[in-house]
Amino acid sequence: MRDETKYALKKTAFYFVIFTAVAWILIPIIVAFLYGFTTKTDYYNPDIIIPHSYTTKYVHTILFTLGAWEGIKNSVIVATLTIIISFILGIPAGYSIAKFIFPGRDMIKLSIVALRMFPIPVMAIPLIVLYIRLHLADTLLGVALAHTAMTLPFVVLITSNIFGSVSKEYEEAAMVFGLTRLGSFIKITLPLALPGLAAAAMFTFVMSWNEVFVASVLTLNHRTLPAQILSIMAGSSGGAAPDYYKFAAAFIMTLPAMLFIFFARKYLVTMWGITLK
Amino acid sequence: MVEVKLDRITKRFGNFEAVKELTLDIKDGEFLVLLGPSGCGKTTTLRMIAGLETPTEGRIYFGDRDVTYLPPKDRNISMVFQSYAVWPHMKVYDNIAFPLKVKKYPENEIKERVKWAAELLQIEELLDRYPAQLSGGQRQRVAVARAIVVEPDVLLMDEPLSNLDAKLRVAMRAEIKKLQTKLKVTTIYVTHDQVEAMTMGDRIAVMNQGRLLQVGPPTEVYLKPNSLFVATFIGAPEMNIVDATVVENDGLFLEGDGFKIPLPDDFREILESYIGKDVLLGVRPEHMTVKGVSTLEHVTRTAEIEGIVDFIEALGTDTIVHAKVGGNIIKIKLPGHIPLPVGEKIKIEIDLDNIHVFDRDTEKAII
Repeated sequence: MRDETKYALKKTAFYFVIFTAVAWILIPIIVAFLYGFTTKTDYYNPDIIIPHSYTTKYVHTILFTLGAWEGIKNSVIVATLTIIISFILGIPAGYSIAKFIFPGRDMIKLSIVALRMFPIPVMAIPLIVLYIRLHLADTLLGVALAHTAMTLPFVVLITSNIFGSVSKEYEEAAMVFGLTRLGSFIKITLPLALPGLAAAAMFTFVMSWNEVFVASVLTLNHRTLPAQILSIMAGSSGGAAPDYYKFAAAFIMTLPAMLFIFFARKYLVTMWGITLK
Repeated sequence: MVEVKLDRITKRFGNFEAVKELTLDIKDGEFLVLLGPSGCGKTTTLRMIAGLETPTEGRIYFGDRDVTYLPPKDRNISMVFQSYAVWPHMKVYDNIAFPLKVKKYPENEIKERVKWAAELLQIEELLDRYPAQLSGGQRQRVAVARAIVVEPDVLLMDEPLSNLDAKLRVAMRAEIKKLQTKLKVTTIYVTHDQVEAMTMGDRIAVMNQGRLLQVGPPTEVYLKPNSLFVATFIGAPEMNIVDATVVENDGLFLEGDGFKIPLPDDFREILESYIGKDVLLGVRPEHMTVKGVSTLEHVTRTAEIEGIVDFIEALGTDTIVHAKVGGNIIKIKLPGHIPLPVGEKIKIEIDLDNIHVFDRDTEKAII
C-alpha cells in the first residue's frame, strides 16, 4: 500500500514538472497570440481574461501599413545570405579542423570563438563607420556580413564536429573506389553530413532572425523584421505603441521562425533513417 | 591481376618509424597475409599499397608500373575496411554499383555485375535495403561484394573479420578464402589473428615494430620460425621458452633448471660456437608428450625429462598439461581427454626434430 502511494506521488510529481516546463514555454506564446488578435475593447475590459471578439486589424496594420512585411522579406534575405556566406567560409574551415592535423589547430579552434567575447555594440559602431565608406550601410548584404561575423564561429565549430563524426573510412573507401579527395567529399561526406549541416543552417537562421541591435544600427530604410518591429514599437514617431500592437508584433515575430523549425526538424529526424549528431 | 613489389619502403610519422625498410614480393594471384600485433605497421603497409599513405622512402610496383605516388583511384585496387565503410546514405545496390558507376560502365553491365557479386555473397534479397537495416555480417558481405565487383588488380583487406562474432568469423574465413581461390585475385590481408593467418594465407608475412621478420607458407613459418618473436606469436598455446645452456660433457647437452637434454651429433656443427653459452630453448606444446599416457607420432628421435603435474586444462578435444620442470612451467598438449592427477611425477618426451634454439641477445633462431 505504501509503495503504491509512493509510486503515485512520484508519478504526479513527474507530470507536474513536465506540465510546468511546457507551460513555461507555451503560456507566453498563447497569451501573445490571443491578445494580438483581441479587439481593443476586450483587451482593456478588466473582467475578460480570455477575449470574446477577435480581429486581424492590428496584425494587418503592422504587416502592411507599418512595413513589417517588407521586414520579413528583408529578414529572409539576410538570413539566407548569412547562411550562404557563413557556410562558404565555415565548411572548409570546419572540415580542415576535423580532418587534418596541423600546427596551431587547437589555437585556431579556440581563437575562432574569441570574437564572441566582445559585446555586439563594440563591434557595431566601428562597423557602421566602415560600412559608410564601403557603401554597405543600409544594405541587406551589409547586415548579412555582420551577422556572418556573429554566426561564423559557431558554424565552424558545429561543422567541424559534424565532419569529425563522419568516419574517415567512408571517404577513403570512395577514394579507393575511384574518386578524388574532392569528389569523395562531395559524394560521400557532404550527404552524410547533411542532417548536421541542416541543423547548423537552422541555428544560423535563428540567430540572424533574432538579431536586432546590429540590424538596427546598420540599416535605416532596409530593416530586418526585428529592427523594423523595434522601431515601430519603440515609436520613433512619438510615443510607444499600444499593448495589443505589441502582442500582434510578437505574433508576427514568432510564427515564421516556429513554422520553419517545425518543418525542418521533421525533415532532419527522418533523413537516411539514421541519426547523425 | 598483378604482382605487387614493395622495394625498401619506409614510412615515418614525425619521429616515429611505422614501417622500416620493408621489401616484399607478392606473387600474381597470391593470398598474402600480413600478420603482427597492433601497431606493428601492417595496416600502414596496406594503406601505402592502397595509396592512402605515401611512403617516406622506397618504391611500390604493380607489375612493372611504379605506383608509389599514384592516387588510390588510379591503381585499380579494391579494399575491404575494418569498419566495412559501407556508405549509410546509399542502398546496398548503390553501394555495390558505386565503383562501376564511377568507372562509367554501361548501365546494363552494372546491373549484371552487381547481380553476379550479390549472388556470390548471397545478399540478393538485401539489395533494396539501407545499411542501417543490416546486421554486421551482412554489411561485411556488402563490403566484400563492392570490393570484387570491379575485378580489381589487387584486393586489400584490413582486418575485415575483427568486428564479427566468433562463429561468424570462422564461417567468413572459409568463405573469403574460397572466393579468393575462385577469383584468383592478388590479395593482401592484414590481421593480428594468427589462426586467420594460418588458415587463409598462401604465405604469411610476420611483422613486428615496423620490420618484416619472416615470410613463408604457413607451415614453414609455424615449424621453422626464424626468430623468437615469430615463434611465440604464432601458435596457441604459445611455444614453451626456457633458459638453457649449451654444455659439452661427453657429448652435447642442453642444460637448464631441472633438465638436461642430450643432443644428437648432427646438432654439434650448428651449436659448436655456442658451447658454454646461454641460449633460449623453445618447444611447442604439441611436440611433447607424457610418457605412458600418449605417444608422439612420426617421430624419429626423442629425449626425456622429468616433471610434476601442476595443473590440467581440459578442452574436451585436447588436454593441456602444465608441468613443473625445475623452476619452469611447461605446457604439453595431449590429444583427447586425459585426467592426470595434480602432483604426479611424469616423464616428458620431447621430439628432438622440432626443438628450437634462439640466440639470447639477437633472439634469432639458431635451430
